Order: sequence, then structure tokens, then C-alpha cells
Amino acid sequence: MAKQIMMALAGNPNCGKTTLFNNLTGMRQHVGNWPGKTVERKDGKFTYMGKKINVIDLPGTYSLTAYSIEELIARDYIVEENPDVVINIVDATNLERNLYLTIQLIELGANIIVAINMNRFAEKKELKIDDKKLSNLLGVPVIKIEAVDRIGKTELIESVLKAAKSRSKGTKKITYGSEIEEHLAELEKILPESINTNKGFSTKWIALKLIEKDKEVIKKILGLKNGKEVLMKAERIQEHLSQIFGEDVDAAIADARYGFIAGLIKESMTRPKIDKITMSDYIDRIVTNRFLGIPVFLFALWLLFQLTFSISAPFMDWIGFFFGWLAEVVSNLIATEWLSSLLADGIIGGVGSVLVFVPVIFMLFLSIALLEDCGYLARAAFIMDRLMHKIGLHGKSFIPMLLGFGCNVPAIMATRTLESRKDRILTMLINPFMSCGARLPVYALFAAAFFSEHQGWVIFSLYLLGIMVAIIMGLIFKKTLFKGLSSPFVMELPPYRLPTLKGALIHMWERGSVFLKKAGTLIFLVVIVIWFLSSLPFGVEYASQNSVIGRIGTFIAPIFKPLGFGTWQASVALGFGFAAKEVIVGSFGTLYGVSEEGLGKALAQTFTPLSAYAFMVFVLLYVPCMAVIAVIKRETNSWKWPIFTVIYTTVIAWSMAFIVYQGGLLLGFT
Amino acid sequence: MKKTLNQLSKNESGMIVSIQGKGGVHKRLLDMGLVKNAMVKVERVAPLGDPIEVKVKGYSLLLRKEEAKNITIDVQ
Repeated sequence: MAKQIMMALAGNPNCGKTTLFNNLTGMRQHVGNWPGKTVERKDGKFTYMGKKINVIDLPGTYSLTAYSIEELIARDYIVEENPDVVINIVDATNLERNLYLTIQLIELGANIIVAINMNRFAEKKELKIDDKKLSNLLGVPVIKIEAVDRIGKTELIESVLKAAKSRSKGTKKITYGSEIEEHLAELEKILPESINTNKGFSTKWIALKLIEKDKEVIKKILGLKNGKEVLMKAERIQEHLSQIFGEDVDAAIADARYGFIAGLIKESMTRPKIDKITMSDYIDRIVTNRFLGIPVFLFALWLLFQLTFSISAPFMDWIGFFFGWLAEVVSNLIATEWLSSLLADGIIGGVGSVLVFVPVIFMLFLSIALLEDCGYLARAAFIMDRLMHKIGLHGKSFIPMLLGFGCNVPAIMATRTLESRKDRILTMLINPFMSCGARLPVYALFAAAFFSEHQGWVIFSLYLLGIMVAIIMGLIFKKTLFKGLSSPFVMELPPYRLPTLKGALIHMWERGSVFLKKAGTLIFLVVIVIWFLSSLPFGVEYASQNSVIGRIGTFIAPIFKPLGFGTWQASVALGFGFAAKEVIVGSFGTLYGVSEEGLGKALAQTFTPLSAYAFMVFVLLYVPCMAVIAVIKRETNSWKWPIFTVIYTTVIAWSMAFIVYQGGLLLGFT
Repeated sequence: MKKTLNQLSKNESGMIVSIQGKGGVHKRLLDMGLVKNAMVKVERVAPLGDPIEVKVKGYSLLLRKEEAKNITIDVQ
């Protein structure tokens, strides 16, 4: 048989689903998006005994309602694509809640295999699960695995092959008690015949969803013959049931599901009388402690940045040194002046300016992946939620904000962890004020040239200013653009786990490579455009006042006059900064025709300490680089928000720099 | 004694009597195991006073007091 097997992985968040996916497919995976959605889709494949098996990692979900995009995607995939097998990964330490999804998958009519993961942790908690019994009760295969290693892997794949041949629908039905069951049967009978296509998902599931007022299913039924009739019947049943139960139908159905699960647990699992206090509990007593929580959090942040910057610093130096050397070699080697300039100033300089940030960005992502995988970031969200909520954000928004200090591009992508669109857009809008790694070289240059005594404080003050502007803008947006209900904060707190290096590295690579691809190609392109603007018309000295870009700079310079830096060079450098902010440093070098060592002196002739500070404030706040704009466009799927970001950040940057410069002059600074 | 979940202090526990509310949040609370007759215990309160961590169905769940208000508990 040449037919390939399609297998989907489903499970709760934090159940080890992605770990199993990585374990099965290795690095042969493809990461993309679900069509039209900004939810990540991971595909992979592997071969077992000559059989090709395709694996798809469905979004982690707790349930299969129509309320969240992830849940909709997961269930639509199962219903519409009808995979041969669905592996439902279940966390052994948290069986009761995990089975809530399991029974919904069975109801849906998926051909499932239950893979119980993390048995080792369960043993430590003295939880004993009888997999044979559970399999009998559910009517589907149940296999114990450890996603992190090879335990149960062969057995799991064997049972996938077997299940792909003969579908085993969960024979034992979940019962909702006679009252609901009767009504379900009633509805099932009158369902339009056309609904029961060869796809074979269960009519009981549809009836159940109708009683639950599931928007998507209702839409589908309405499109069918005598759909209206069915819906009217469903509404009557809803009313009747809520009278009987004295609560809404949703609650009654959830009660019934958990009731059924309680029965399963009672028969297939034994647990200690008193819950054992786990290592996690002990750690949390300190880490989320009333008094220690915040100091520990600040220390973790400090450590994160220390490690990231100190480990990556030498690599950054080497890369900078290498490209400097390469540019010199190339320009010496090629006699044709324009070509050597294009290669050395344009291409090599451009590629170098991107690659020099790779070490720091990858290190930051690695550190964050480690913090995330060990479970600390969930605690950080818990600790920070009160503050974040005050500015209209979600505790989880904290993670993208933190990533913003590395690079705003992956930070904006990380807003995908937020469930509501409003939260996502608000987080994206204020994220650029988190001073990214690319702005640091600009601060370093100016701080060294003008504030040699207090460099650290000056740079620190800029980071702080960025955070303050983000908070103020968050408050303003919350009161204006995003008025109304804030989204809820209901999330699981997973136990601490020892992160695996492989998992963290994969995480790092996924985010980092996006930066490389998206930001890299764009910056490269812009650098070439800038080179042409600087070299045209033919014959002018590179980036001199007579070049196209020099003329543009001269034209717009008066705008910056009230901010203290109305020179054409500053305008041109800021224009270059739109490509990538670190380009500002190199372009000053070119514009003044000096090497990096002589740059400080050259700047001292056109800037004063006050105008230098105003300039840094402007660099901190104005248009994030092109890559950020591009990623906001992609993530919001519209031009509205990226254009809005360009305009409002520039207005704020100008105003803040104006206040700093004019205010400083009034106070007698120069 | 009946209280809403946000009124429980650390280490207090009880049985859920009812869950009010509508729509997505309500459904999410139910899906996460906050159903009638389930036992909940407040494990801790965040350093800034909100959200809270509760133990339900053998695992830890974080939620804001705003959401916890909808859950009525028979305190033991």
C-alpha cells in the first residue's frame, strides 16, 4: 500500500504535545500558518517500516468550542480533513481535566488513540493509572508514553498503523443523563439527512452543539434544508433544559461531562488520600511569594539580560570585525569604483549590519525559551497581570513586551499567544517603545561621545522612558481606541519542568530564523536602495549633500531644527534608521567621512549634549524599523495598523524630543 | 457559609455551588473544570493582590478576582 497515513496530534496546552511532535519528526518539520489565520501550523513527517506518516500538530486546546480560534481550527481540521488517526496526548498528572478534551474528541467521531504522557511525574505524585481499564471504558486504544524519550514510541506508532486500517470509534458512549439524552435523540432524528455525509462525524455531536448554541454549527445547519426547523426545536429544548436544571445548558453539559469523567477516574486511577506536596509547590512558595515574588522576578529579568548580552558580546565583535575586514579586502580588490562601493558599502555593509545582531537575538530567544519551557513565564504572567491589566493588557502580554528588548519583530509575532484580537493589537502598538537591541549601538555612540561620565545612567534612562511612554500610550489606547470589556485572564499554571536543550534550541531557531528571513531580506533590500540614493546622480561623492539622499535630507532638516539637530546629516541618518536603527551609526560615519573611532569627535561639532539626548529620545521613539512595520502588516492582515504605527510613533517621538530640547534649554542646559 | 471565590482567602477551600455568567468566559471557566460540586482551594494570591491561584481537579488554575466573582462557593 502506497497510501500515506495522516495523523494529527491533539491535546491540552502543556501536555507535551510539541515534545512528542519533535520526537517523532525530528527536524523534518514545516512551520507555517493556518490558511487565513495567524495561528501557527506545524507539519512534519517520518517513515516507519517503509510507511510514510504525515504528522500535523493541532493547536493546544482545552475544549472544542467555537469561542477560540485554536479550538475552531482543531475541530474543523478533524471534521473536514478527516485524518486517519488522531493521537490525543494526555497529561497523566492532570488526567481529569485532560480527559475533558478526550471525550469531546470521541464525541466528534475522530479515530483517536490516547497517549498518556508524563507517567514518571504521576508516579512521583503516587497516581496510578490503569491504562487497560481506561481503554476499555473509553473504547479506544490507550498507550503510556514518555514524549521526551523513546518509552512507548514504537508501541504508539504500531497502534497508529493498526488504527489507520480499522477505525475504532469509541464504543462506550458518554451519557449526559436521561433528561439531556432524550432531547439529543429527538434532535438527532430530525437533523437534515444531507448532514450525514461520508465524513462520518457523529450526529450526536451536532445535536449537542446545537443545544450548546455553537455559532459555527448553527451557521452550517441554517444553510441546509429544513435547518430553520431544527434550530427552532433546539431553542425549545434549551429553554426546557434550563428550567429543569435551574442553570444554563452549558453548565449542565459541562457538569455531565465532568461527572462522566469522575466515573472514569474512579475506576481507572488510584490516588493518595492527601495530595502530595510537590517540588513545584515548594518552589512557588518562594517564587510567587507575596514579598519575594517581585524581587525574584526582577532578578530573573536582570539575569536574562546579563546572560544574553555578556555571552553574545564577543560573537558580535567577531562578526563586526569580520565584515569590516571583508569590506576592506573587497574594496581593495576591485578597481571599478562604483562596483567596489556597491559591494563594500552596500551589500557587505548591509549584510553585516543584519548579521551582527544574530548572536544577541538568538541568545535572547534561547534564554526566553528556557524560561518558558521550565514554566517560569507563566509565573511571570501571574505576577505581572495586575500591572499589565491596569494599562489594558493581559498578563501574557508581558512576554512580547520582554522580547521587544531583543527585537520587536519576533516580539510582535509572539503576541500570537494572546487570545483576543484587541489584546494583540494593543500589544503590537506599544511594543515598539520597548527599546530593541538595534537601538543600543546608537545610544552607546552618543552616550560615549557626550556623557562619558554617566553612560550607564543615560542609557538606562532611555530604556525607562520607553517603558513609561508604552504605559502612557497603553492607558490612552485603553480609554480611546479599545474601550469596552477587557479579555479575561484564566490560565493553567503548569508545574515546573526541567527544560530540554533540544526543545529550547528548536524554539530559539523557530523565532530566530523568522527574524533572519523577514528582517534580513528586507534590510538587505533597503540597504541597496539607500546605496543607490546615496550614489545618484552619477559622479557625486557617496552620500554627500549633492546626492539624492543628501538633497532629501537638506529638504527635511528644518523639521528637526526645534529638536536641536536640524542638520542634513542627522536627517539622512534618521532616514537610514528606518531600514534598521543600528544603521544610523554607520551612516553617520559615511556622512561625516570618518571611521567609527573618529565619529565621536565629528558628532561633537554638530551636537551639544542636550541635542544629543534629544536625538537619542527621537531614535528611541520614532518609526520602528521597516521589518516591524512589515510584521505588523502581516499579523494584523491590514494596512491600517502599520500605517497608524508609523504616524503615531513619529508624532510622539517629535513631541518628546521637542519637550526634552526646548525644556532643557529653558532649564539652562546646553 | 456561602461566599464568592474572590472573597476566599489563602488556603480556604470549598465546594462550587454555582457559576454565573455568559459567553466565552463562562464557557472557559466550565471547560477548565470549575463546575458544580467541584472542590476548589485558594492556593495563593499574586504579590500585587490579583490574580489568584486555585487548585481544582488536581491542577493549578490562575484567574482574576473579576472572573472569580462569578463563582459561588460553599466554604468548608
